[in-house]
Amino acid sequence: MSAATNAVDRSRARPVDALLAWGGRNAWAVGLLGFLVVLLAFTKTIQPSYGASAIQGLAISVLPLVLATVAQAIVVISGGIDLSIGSIMALTSVVAASQMKGQGEEFGVAVVLAVLLLGILIGAINGSLVVLTRVPDIVVTLAMSFVWAGCALLVLKSPGGGSSDWLKELIKGPLVSEWVPRAAVVLIIVVALVWIPLRRVRLGLSIYAIGSDRLAAFRSGVSVGRTKVIAYALMGLFAALGGISLTASTGIGTPVPGPYTLLSVAAVVLGGVSLAGGRGGVFGPIVAVVILQLIRTDMTFLSVDPNLAVVAQGLILIGVVMVGSLIQLRRSRT
Amino acid sequence: MSGAVDSQSTRSPWLTWRGLKVLFRDRPIIPLLVLLGILVLPSELARPGIVSADWASVMIRAAVPLAILAGCQTLTMLTGGIDLSVGAVASMAGFLVATLVGGQGLVVAIAVALAAAALTGLVTGIGVGVFRVHPLIMTLGMGLVVLGLANVWQLQMVQTGSGVAPELRTLGSDRMYGILPYSLLLYVPVVVVILLGLRRFGYGRLLYAIGDNPIAARLSGTRGWQVLVALYIISAVLAAIAGFLISGLTNVASVTLADSLVLPSVAAAVIGGTSILGGRGGYGGTIIGALILTITSSLLTSLGLPEAVRQILFGSIIVFVAAAYTRVTSDA
Repeated sequence: MSAATNAVDRSRARPVDALLAWGGRNAWAVGLLGFLVVLLAFTKTIQPSYGASAIQGLAISVLPLVLATVAQAIVVISGGIDLSIGSIMALTSVVAASQMKGQGEEFGVAVVLAVLLLGILIGAINGSLVVLTRVPDIVVTLAMSFVWAGCALLVLKSPGGGSSDWLKELIKGPLVSEWVPRAAVVLIIVVALVWIPLRRVRLGLSIYAIGSDRLAAFRSGVSVGRTKVIAYALMGLFAALGGISLTASTGIGTPVPGPYTLLSVAAVVLGGVSLAGGRGGVFGPIVAVVILQLIRTDMTFLSVDPNLAVVAQGLILIGVVMVGSLIQLRRSRT
Repeated sequence: MSGAVDSQSTRSPWLTWRGLKVLFRDRPIIPLLVLLGILVLPSELARPGIVSADWASVMIRAAVPLAILAGCQTLTMLTGGIDLSVGAVASMAGFLVATLVGGQGLVVAIAVALAAAALTGLVTGIGVGVFRVHPLIMTLGMGLVVLGLANVWQLQMVQTGSGVAPELRTLGSDRMYGILPYSLLLYVPVVVVILLGLRRFGYGRLLYAIGDNPIAARLSGTRGWQVLVALYIISAVLAAIAGFLISGLTNVASVTLADSLVLPSVAAAVIGGTSILGGRGGYGGTIIGALILTITSSLLTSLGLPEAVRQILFGSIIVFVAAAYTRVTSDA
């Protein structure tokens, strides 16, 4: 029924209707956005000095996890899961840092492009292994997380390397107005450049299709294996972007994987993507990451014990998912 | 469980390739034992004379905690779940005992740790069983909760100080007559209970049933949520026992002690032939899987390879074994 409504809305093609239709399809994400606004207002009340510079800091600090989460979201939508994202980010980050150190600015551009290609290649390797071995995604990527982390250690034994200045400047500070952090603009452009065209073409639909029902997708003529490899390659691209953002924000590369793998799974689920695949988008997960980070900031303002903040993070994760599954249970009953 | 029935009905000769496949599918332990034997060979070649009764007992001692944690994964994976909170629970249990043993005595300390673990398992089980939270998310969240609370406890206990109880040190690291690890005293009963429980008792069969087809299990009268609540309590208690042994083996009590064992424990269960999708597998293979992982990592260390290469080989071996396993069992 909702599909029919959408079609009607599209045929009218009024922007308001289109927006409403989008909101209807992304109710969970819109709810999250509303929560984020409330949370921002709350932050402003408990810490009146929270302003433009804090927003900029927030944008920079969430950037790596947001990119990791987008990467995870694409794989989860295609019906898989990738537990090696943290390792891939570490590997791409150290490759970028070790190659850019002491080199010219133009060379830095080439390094970034090469690292993005490397990310795509790594993702495609993960995907191909999943398709060829027919071993469950979670097992293959778990094992590959050791492999990619080992490769990162081969590139750099200890944190080091450097970053081109333009790369550091790219995410630092504001753009146009002081309320618009450069990091957020970069993020929106990058995600929009890949994701929005993807949703419009056949490939995007195929990714949703194989996540929703492999067999049905196969019988409707989708090449399941190839689509899966491409989904993983896109994951690799975003994980590489995450790794580069780590290098850009810290100025070095660290060969030890950060906590991004499991946090990205958590954020994806909080963002309304079903772990069973085929449902959700990348917008909700991005908002979820910002919310998680903002909650942590608020707890610091309220001088809550950081350990209790970890507890709260776990409880929020469980609580939100519980609410989500309860809503779904009630929906399926009515 | 269709496998067992097939082997009765088909009875193809073992010497054919197809027969071998059927044999491997029904008795996954056999190829695993072969692999284990193959791994002992390069260990001997890398350092001639190293393979001895003493070496074997050191390997077993190192593998026991991993095998127990892999047991948690096996049991939860049989129902189609996973338990990522075992690391936090095991560390928490070991740490609780280390901080309490000075003031309260060993028995009380262990009882408190086991109770705390069981409580964690109860909450996880209710989340998974009653509220239908995905096990991956539920155990991930509970892991964070337990870690945070353990850290709070650590700050409370800074003045008291902590130390691993000598009894646990003996249990975790000493060997009877210099050869039999004391940890086997604890581990052998655990193995017997899990193996018998899965094969001979109704509860074990229910785990397979739920993992194989939850709807069919429900329609045939299984109260799924009760089974799952009990399962996650069992898993947490097993993790706590592993935590005691790890703190005894390493003589360290820290709130992140067992974290590095979580992913290997999943890997051990997978190598041992338990399907992460549920309904298929058993604990026997998991034990061999844990031994294989322990011997592999010790072999890679004794070859003098750098950490980086060790990790790469370790991961590749897991992919390779899992792939070979799937290939053999899928279309037999």
